[in-house]
Amino acid sequence: MFNPVSLVRKLGHATVERIWRLGFAARFMAAVLLYSGASFRRFPLTLREIYVSGVLSLLIIMVSGLFVGMVLGLQGYETLQRFGSTEALGVMVALSLTRELGPVVAGLLFASRAGSSVTAEIGLMKATEQLKAMDMMAVNPIARVVAPRFWGGVISMPLLAALFSSMGVLGGWLVGVVFIGVDDGAFWSQMQAGVDFRYDILNGVIKSFVFGVAVSLIAVYEGYDSVPTAEGVSRAITRTVVTSALTILALDFVLTSFMFRGTS
Amino acid sequence: MNRTVLDLWVGFFVAIGIAALLFLALKVGNLSSGHLSETYVLHAKFDNIGGLKVRGPVKSAGVVIGRISDIKFDPATYEAVVTLNVDGRYQFPKDTFASIYTAGLLGEQYVGLDVGGDEKMLKAGDTIAKTQSAVVLEKMISQFLFSKAADGQDKK
Repeated sequence: MFNPVSLVRKLGHATVERIWRLGFAARFMAAVLLYSGASFRRFPLTLREIYVSGVLSLLIIMVSGLFVGMVLGLQGYETLQRFGSTEALGVMVALSLTRELGPVVAGLLFASRAGSSVTAEIGLMKATEQLKAMDMMAVNPIARVVAPRFWGGVISMPLLAALFSSMGVLGGWLVGVVFIGVDDGAFWSQMQAGVDFRYDILNGVIKSFVFGVAVSLIAVYEGYDSVPTAEGVSRAITRTVVTSALTILALDFVLTSFMFRGTS
Repeated sequence: MNRTVLDLWVGFFVAIGIAALLFLALKVGNLSSGHLSETYVLHAKFDNIGGLKVRGPVKSAGVVIGRISDIKFDPATYEAVVTLNVDGRYQFPKDTFASIYTAGLLGEQYVGLDVGGDEKMLKAGDTIAKTQSAVVLEKMISQFLFSKAADGQDKK
């Protein structure tokens, strides 16, 4: 039976629950930053996490970048040839990759490839009470487990985004110049004339760094906060991917409106 | 996994990541070519700058010799004051002519410097005296229409 009172009660409960989690996430982030000294003093800990989230994501990032660039090359050529300016293909591919697609798509892939596995690892450690055992042995689980995974993600993400953009430019070059036959010199020279290092490339790197912080924080937080059961861990993984994707897209809009205000 | 092998992989990952950044900076971006080492500032006043943008190119004889660093409106003379950063290697005579041109039909607008014959050179901070404003398409069309209409009345 439809009961308006219980509906309002549920809504209020959900809202309070969200705000509670947000506050805990903020406190958790402060704790991670506070205890992250160990992840640099004992750098092999972080190194292992860079391997897990960075090196193991190389294949998916590079192949996706190549294909995204190839699609951009094809679609861009289709559109640009109507205006007889196919030489501008290089600028189009490079700008859309370095400004937007590189950081955003690499961030989404990173969240689903690396973020989910970090959440699963920490969540299972919690479910099997390994984190509690560490606490018993006077080892701080945030310093020993959480902070290295956070910094591993933060270090890997800008490098992965740069790789994604580079592979995309090469993919666009492959389709545009090698397959279709756009002039090679015009492709590169128009690209170099149209892409500014500070304005376009550095802003893209800043974006990917911000996404790296956001995704890594969400991943470790969801793992640490997960309900310690099989179902709870699987829900935490789902939340990691969904929240990361939404956060990346929302942050991207905010950052873009700060960086590129239409006055080129 | 052995630690040394892990180190090798992370090193490889960081190396190709930095290589990708360098590729973006040098081959995709303009860090290698668009870098002006030492520049000096010139000003030019225009009645109308059209669609001129900050960071647009300054060209002489078609070669990029500087960038537009600032565009301001002068409330005293109701003119646009365009600040040009010109490469320090190039000097221009006092009677250089600054005009606003368009690259191609739909291309970006840029400031072109047409060199005069004066012995004295422009110094840093000088204002270019002779300028020509951007061509505004609507004005040209209306002038064309008016002259056509005037022609038609003469024939009657």
